[in-house]
Amino acid sequence: MDKENKLKVTGVNGPVVTVEGKTSLSMQEMVYVGNGRLIGEVISVNDKYATIQVYESTTGLKPNEPITPTGAPIEVTLGPGLLSGIYDGIARPLDKIEKMSGVFIAPGANVDTLDSEKLWDVSINIKAGDTVHAGQIIASCPETSSIVHKIMIPPNVAVNGGKIKSAVKNGKYHVNDTIAVIEGTDGMPDVNITLSQKWAIRTPRPIMRRLPTDIPLITGQRIIDTLFPIAKGGAAAIPGGFGTGKTMMQHQLAKWSDCDIIVYVGCGERGNEMTQVLSEFSELIDPRTGKSMLDRTLLIANTSNMPVAAREASIYTGVTIAEYYRDMGYNVAMMADSTSRWAEALREISGRLEEMPAEEGFPAYLPSRLSAFYERAGYVDALSGESGSVSLIGAVSPQGSDFSEPVTQNTKRFTRCFWALDKSLAYARHYPAVNWNMSYSEYGDELEHWYELNVAPDFTQLRGEIARILGEENSLMEIVKLIGAELLADDQKLTLEIARIIRVGFLQQNAMHENDSSVPIMKQYLMMKYILKLSERAKSVIAKHIPVRELKEAGVFERLIKAKYEIPNDKLEMFESVYEDIETAIEKVEQKYKI
Amino acid sequence: MNIEYLGLKEINGPLIVLDGVKNACYEELVKITVGDNDHRTGRIISLSGERAVVQVFEGTVGISLDNTRTRLTGKPMELEVSRDMLGRVFDGAGRVADGLGDIYAEARLDINGMSINPVSREYPRDYIATGISAIDGCATLIRGQKLPIFSGSGMSHNQLAVQIARQANVAGGNYGIIFAAMGVKNDVADYFRRSFEESGAIEHVAMFLNLASDPIIERIITPRCALTAAEYLAFECGMDILVIMTDMTSYAEALREVSSSKGEIPGRKGYPGYMSSDLASLYERAGRIKGRAGSVTQLPILTMPNDDITHPIPDLTGYITEGQIVLDRALEQKGVYPPISILMSLSRLMKDGIGAEYTRDDHSAVSNQLYASYAKVQDARALAGVIGESDLSETDKMYMKFGAEFEKHFIGQSKNDNRTIEETLDLGWRLLSLLPREELDRLDPKLIEEKLGKQSESVSNEP
Repeated sequence: MDKENKLKVTGVNGPVVTVEGKTSLSMQEMVYVGNGRLIGEVISVNDKYATIQVYESTTGLKPNEPITPTGAPIEVTLGPGLLSGIYDGIARPLDKIEKMSGVFIAPGANVDTLDSEKLWDVSINIKAGDTVHAGQIIASCPETSSIVHKIMIPPNVAVNGGKIKSAVKNGKYHVNDTIAVIEGTDGMPDVNITLSQKWAIRTPRPIMRRLPTDIPLITGQRIIDTLFPIAKGGAAAIPGGFGTGKTMMQHQLAKWSDCDIIVYVGCGERGNEMTQVLSEFSELIDPRTGKSMLDRTLLIANTSNMPVAAREASIYTGVTIAEYYRDMGYNVAMMADSTSRWAEALREISGRLEEMPAEEGFPAYLPSRLSAFYERAGYVDALSGESGSVSLIGAVSPQGSDFSEPVTQNTKRFTRCFWALDKSLAYARHYPAVNWNMSYSEYGDELEHWYELNVAPDFTQLRGEIARILGEENSLMEIVKLIGAELLADDQKLTLEIARIIRVGFLQQNAMHENDSSVPIMKQYLMMKYILKLSERAKSVIAKHIPVRELKEAGVFERLIKAKYEIPNDKLEMFESVYEDIETAIEKVEQKYKI
Repeated sequence: MNIEYLGLKEINGPLIVLDGVKNACYEELVKITVGDNDHRTGRIISLSGERAVVQVFEGTVGISLDNTRTRLTGKPMELEVSRDMLGRVFDGAGRVADGLGDIYAEARLDINGMSINPVSREYPRDYIATGISAIDGCATLIRGQKLPIFSGSGMSHNQLAVQIARQANVAGGNYGIIFAAMGVKNDVADYFRRSFEESGAIEHVAMFLNLASDPIIERIITPRCALTAAEYLAFECGMDILVIMTDMTSYAEALREVSSSKGEIPGRKGYPGYMSSDLASLYERAGRIKGRAGSVTQLPILTMPNDDITHPIPDLTGYITEGQIVLDRALEQKGVYPPISILMSLSRLMKDGIGAEYTRDDHSAVSNQLYASYAKVQDARALAGVIGESDLSETDKMYMKFGAEFEKHFIGQSKNDNRTIEETLDLGWRLLSLLPREELDRLDPKLIEEKLGKQSESVSNEP
């Protein structure tokens, strides 16, 4: 032990610090580095030296400064008060850091994740003498206006069951107050349960069992909900070059997804963007609860100029918090923007360790790290007996917009939804710029039943038809590129027109428009239905040798395209009258040709 | 404290290695005396036990293993900052270079700066009128934004930067321009100076010059010095500061050179794996802070090697900055100035900084429609390339005409043309009126009627 106190910095290279000699440091142990007590983590140990990655700027660090081990891995403190907050990559609240060090982040700010002064209104569900088990919910308290926080026995306590020795009454308590004591068994000491618990960020929280992913995460975004749906507990990737709208799409998903809690991780992204999320979300109202959107949101910000090692940790911090709320029985969605910055952080640290690089300088363990992360998604029965889910949506920023680069390719292997963003669509200001030919979702079949039961029996059939028309357009466009659209047969021209309605009137969605930013699944279904109805009707007109041009000039296609703005989300019966107008216009055209 | 270390252990490119160093700290500044009176400065970039690797800003020419004396200064590199910096010229390491005497330092600041806490940032919303239609109309610059110009060798990015600097009325009187040149040709630096003099802005400009012939290693600290000065003037003195940094490509190449001298494992195209973090540590030093008056707006210029936007330098830059203004060689060859490629250019902060409160209520609608229509022009042109222009449909022919007029009158403007936002948007409407009404699918029909009158001319297209 005496030797431990004499650990000293021997080398500094960017965020990587080495300690010479054989030490008793353990892998992934958290340490305090230097006189400034910078937070670091042990990433390699051998009999000659140990390597530590430091989560803060190492400028000014000197050899021979002390290193203090903590004996525990990097942990995050979980408990009431997490929601509505904004944290750095290792869960330090940024507003508290601001109070300590002003507008610029100074290194060595040791602040607690949770506010230890605040009193919570706790209702206790257990009493002395009760038998309890790990993960059981023993108390609850309202955390924000829309979320009730459930206090659970930590998953590593009373694993084989335990007995409550004493418990407090309902009342107001601090996060660190003991609310129950579990009797020690086999000579072990008693365990005090408080409102908060700690969990190592790199270890997935244990669960009872995984459940099939057969309920969709409804996002209000048409191209996702209908064509490429994601399940609650699923994992999706959004790859796209810069300017294709990855961040915008993540924001839309965070705003409109029908889940209980959102964990938004800004990983190596722009500072102004995080500020925007913060200010925008505090003004937005959650349509499901009528409360502020920020009440169900938690932000983790490691902007691109904040320390790189904390960027690597931020993803794990986020998913651990997501799992914690999942264990209470909530549906949680975590957005990570962007996982490429996280992979680059891995590469940077790996480079400084002089590890042998694999593809494009990324370390060989990139795929295993990615898979370990995405596998933490899932729809589960938690130890508490509640069922909840963690859905993971990761943005990927491919180098040079080239989807064959390692991060995109490996992410593709471990996620089951792939929403490929396309530069040419973005240039044409077609948002969301999801390319329907390159994207896919493997959840389609599993979710089919839900859609048929909850939306309409023919939902899947209509979706198939929409996809078929888009596919047909794709092959027709090959011809158009060569000979122009004028020379196509009339039924082919009609297919192009219908495909245009689908593209402009359905797939394109305006995040700024009140009726279009988020669309209920029923409206999405009706839009599909009427587009296909018009398609069939127009075919019957063409069969009478009336040129498509006539229908176009009568404005029938445009009318349906504009329906997405005209029809408010709560007045879906208006589709009838819009279609009646269209029908009248079509009949007029038919009259003209009836001689 | 004042120990001098005699001699060196190793010299490699711009790096020297010292052994037996006690009490050195990471990124500490060191003073090196070569021979009798050749004074140089360096920075510790790696420490391992008593071995310190130092990058020498002035280069290692003339240094041998035993003709140097090195002294540690005990602190990271700092810059003396002052309000008087405006109107002065500095070298790439922030030393006065115009022979007018030292400045009176109001503060000494670490050039590496510190990250702004996202909680303390103010989301940028006020737009900057640059008087250039392509920018104001379609990729609006916002105060506190970082908006790079992606260009290529031989294109008119310098003229554009000068025009923006001259016309951008950065909040009336209390403004300043910081110009950081990294590895640019002497002529280019001279062009900027002359232009600032001619427009009378020179007393508002502080120049940090690291020319193409200056030491590579100094290039790495030039933007840091410039941004430290900018942050001081903006956040301590409440000024609106526009920082022009050119050429980021030379900067990134300097970074690569140092990295390879250090023997680091290279990433893509030999650039170090940390280039993204390194560039971010510069670009992120733009913005506004809650409760403070000033702002730092960045306009970095980079020349894309071989006009390749997927090259690591523009690629990483695009992922960090809030949009980009891309110059197009084809437009330049057509004689269009400024040759801004509308479709590839983007301002991420635009959506929140335009509209009735800031510019005009129809701004967003018009710019969306112009984008969408101009994108269709490209399709029509591709088709015309195959089947010939005369075989195009009537609509496609109208697009061809719209495209030509748009490039000539909207994108194109003279170097002294300072258009108001009203002029720009009205021009946009006039151009859109060249197209049939049903093609204007991004516009509310009511808005079209209000701006272009009742349905009349488009009827004439019908057979």
